[in-house]
Amino acid sequence: MSVMPSTPRMADAGASSRIVNDLSIQVATVNGSGSQTANLVLLRSIFQMGVPVSGKNMFPSNIAGLPTWYTIRANHQGYVGRKKEVDFLVAMNPETAREDVLTLAPDAAVLYDEPLKLSPLRDDVVFYPVPFDKIVAEVCKDAKLRRLVKNMIYDGVLSRLLGIDLGEMERALKKQLGKKVKAVELNMAALEAGAAYAAEHLVKRDPYSIEPMNETAGTILVEGNAAAAFGCMMAGVTVCAWYPITPSSSLPETLIQLLKKYRHDADGKATYAVIQAEDEIASIGMVVGAGWAGARAMTSTSGPGISLMGEFAGLAYYAEVPGVVFDIQRVGPSTGLPTRTAQGDILSTALLSHGDTKQILLIPASVEECYTMSMAAFDLAERFQSLIFVMSDLDLAMNTWMSRTFEYPDRPLDRGKVLDAATLARIGSWGRYKDVDGDGIPYRTIPGNDMPAYFTRGSGHNENGQYSERPDDYVNNMDRLLRKFETARQHVPKPVVVHDEAAEIGLIGYGTSHWAIEESRDQLEREFGVRTGYLRLRAYPFTSELDEFLDRYPRVYLVEQNRDAQMLGLMRLDCTPGRVAKVRSVLHYSGLPIDARSVTDAVEEQEGLKARPSSDALVSAGDR
Amino acid sequence: MTTTATPEPGKKINRIGLEVQPYRGGKTTLCAGCGHNAISERIIDAFFEMGIDPKGVIKLSGIGCSSKSPAYFLGSAHGFNTVHGRMPSVGTGAVLANRKLVAIGVSGDGDTGAIGIGQFVHLMRRNVPIIYIIEDNGCYGLTKGQFSPTADIGSTTKGGTPNELQPIDTCSLAIDLGASFVARSFSGDKKQLLSILKAALSHRGTCMIDVLSPCVTFNDHVGSTKSYAYVKDHEEPLGEISFVPYFEDISIDYEPGTTTEVKLHDGSKLYLKKVSEDYNPTDKHAALRLLQETDKRGEFATGILYVAPDKQDLVDLLNIVDEPLATLPLERVRPSRAALDEFMDAHR
Repeated sequence: MSVMPSTPRMADAGASSRIVNDLSIQVATVNGSGSQTANLVLLRSIFQMGVPVSGKNMFPSNIAGLPTWYTIRANHQGYVGRKKEVDFLVAMNPETAREDVLTLAPDAAVLYDEPLKLSPLRDDVVFYPVPFDKIVAEVCKDAKLRRLVKNMIYDGVLSRLLGIDLGEMERALKKQLGKKVKAVELNMAALEAGAAYAAEHLVKRDPYSIEPMNETAGTILVEGNAAAAFGCMMAGVTVCAWYPITPSSSLPETLIQLLKKYRHDADGKATYAVIQAEDEIASIGMVVGAGWAGARAMTSTSGPGISLMGEFAGLAYYAEVPGVVFDIQRVGPSTGLPTRTAQGDILSTALLSHGDTKQILLIPASVEECYTMSMAAFDLAERFQSLIFVMSDLDLAMNTWMSRTFEYPDRPLDRGKVLDAATLARIGSWGRYKDVDGDGIPYRTIPGNDMPAYFTRGSGHNENGQYSERPDDYVNNMDRLLRKFETARQHVPKPVVVHDEAAEIGLIGYGTSHWAIEESRDQLEREFGVRTGYLRLRAYPFTSELDEFLDRYPRVYLVEQNRDAQMLGLMRLDCTPGRVAKVRSVLHYSGLPIDARSVTDAVEEQEGLKARPSSDALVSAGDR
Repeated sequence: MTTTATPEPGKKINRIGLEVQPYRGGKTTLCAGCGHNAISERIIDAFFEMGIDPKGVIKLSGIGCSSKSPAYFLGSAHGFNTVHGRMPSVGTGAVLANRKLVAIGVSGDGDTGAIGIGQFVHLMRRNVPIIYIIEDNGCYGLTKGQFSPTADIGSTTKGGTPNELQPIDTCSLAIDLGASFVARSFSGDKKQLLSILKAALSHRGTCMIDVLSPCVTFNDHVGSTKSYAYVKDHEEPLGEISFVPYFEDISIDYEPGTTTEVKLHDGSKLYLKKVSEDYNPTDKHAALRLLQETDKRGEFATGILYVAPDKQDLVDLLNIVDEPLATLPLERVRPSRAALDEFMDAHR
């Protein structure tokens, strides 16, 4: 998703106080209170009006009763990363309401549950008290159901205050609830009651509004895990073993639903096997067993699971067994913040296991890349007879992102170098770990395929796969594995590079940091007159584009969502000291998705930038 | 998968025309006299006599002395020496990838009872089609003689330290957890072990075979309850097992009233000569009771302790297609463009 043309729609051109299609709405509720339907209806109705949106759920590691925040960002320029400031707060949670209000920037708006009595807290924000219990009692006779529809009332109030078409909300509600007629009716009544209350009692005093645009045609709204699951199915996954862990679980769970729907033969038999394993060690063990026996096998986990998989990851590296591992990163160390996002497993996963191991990582930044990289991962796993780690994160995996529609895969599966009779005739004699083609990738045989058998082992072996403790056998094998890793550089997704001839600063990022960086680049130019080049890493091992980028820009900022500059750590292993020396870090590790303002502030500080006294910087609608 | 070979005159061949050579493996590196070597010999005999093509067999193991042994049998089969205690998961993945494979896993008492107990439990519970052999000597051989979780109370290490912890009875555990074929034997009992292995090859589901296999180096001394001398004196065989594969004429010498007939998955039959009149290997409770009673007396019940011939194995439970998943062609595993369109529409 590229940045869309900057055309702020001002209904009244003279009124710079009106801010159209550029705000963040934060809904503060208690988890388990059924606010998700209301939040998704709000998100979807804005999307249906053609305005670019994103939805992020900041939720607790808990089933019910703890604070949760849902943030919707609508932005006419297509910025969909997290916005640091909250423009419009919907305060429904008594526990957090006070702090939520006190941390707002001046001129923000607050819609709140009247009994919370928030209005006296500040005089520089706009308050809209709404008696939710009174309204819900009128529209919902059944007291037991009130809790479920109460949240829909704030959607109704917002439709009036922000100018969101009630018809779009109804459409979104029907999409959300499907054929549950009673539920739709009940929720519609709550929506209408909220809108009616606002019309009668509230006077619009904030600057925010939503107006129709045409920037979402041909796009979808989807979570990264769902996109990845669809990619796995299209990649022809045949064995999936997994163990439940947030934020990974929705990937295999979506996959199971998809496989049930699309991967049964006419006689009802399944062209796949999914096992919920006893732990992550068993998950990766099953993947290794299935990959060794020729299946397209995968697992999905998060940091704690990756830690447990370490020993098997070394076996797969050394015995050369294919498999795909999704790491939906969350905040560590240890249990950490299990429902918050991070890019904290980069270094440990790249080097996962003991001894000299180097793993191949793919790093998606968008839901579309979750889909395409899932397919690429299976091909690369079989091509390189290696585990491929797809390094997603909670923000990408569980939040709702806009994307253009996905393309149907146009390439057949790459099943890699599996020995067949013709190849055997060509190469003469076969040895499991012989580098026949000079690319470090040997030919493998698969049990049951009638080609020569061998004994697969994690212990030292020679090029024929026989047990060996000979120093030369060990060194030859390790060096070949390194050659194989070198070959992988030519096959992993290349970085996306945007050069700027006038720039002295280069920004490097990866994964979900992309959205903040893209927006920050515009802020740096607009506010400081600073132009930047940009390279987005999409894989490890690094490719030559990284070296070229480092050579080109005098100063380079590497943006990461972890404390220890883990990607920079990897660069220290792979790049020359001179190149690494010019890299400075911009680090964000609060558990919240990184935002553009934080990136801009960090670059401003390290560069010692001074704001440009330009009129458009001062009246820029988006950056209050 | 059937291989046809022209045998030399006079050489013994099996029913698929193979000599014994493809069933043999590399030269053993285990200690001379190690019980594990005798087990490898019986595995060779069983696969040869049953006419199982080694090319359709996978041999798996964990880590330890026992886990080296797959290198010493069925040299023309694929083998996988995995990581310590985790062979069950690798075996599970492999049989899911290719349901046509005959899987045999060799583990040890430490590999199973200690580091691997979690995966062992779930292998049994899932009834994965695999023959799972524990070469059980009650000690860690490769790390030089530490106790394993099957060491009996009162047995001592070579240095004289007594074991004071309750041992795990892998047979009771396996029966309780849902394995559909559970047996115990002794590495030195050629006839019984061969019969059990052949029966296991006809069974579909998890075949858990605990084979007492004294460690000649670290655990074959007075004070060890898994020494040759101890086991020979304290074994309680369930009786003579006769196994009749489905491809042989069924004609076996048995006295009605003293044998139990068990019909296996592939149509072959198993006859057990009972020690006690009322022993029935399909009776779960009787099997568990027998194990407890013999244990109380310091004896090992040997033979096929429990069989559930009709229990569905994991592959059938998952309703997987008849062909190996591993080799399904693109059109069977990639849904059509309509599926993509449907997914896109659901998210518009």
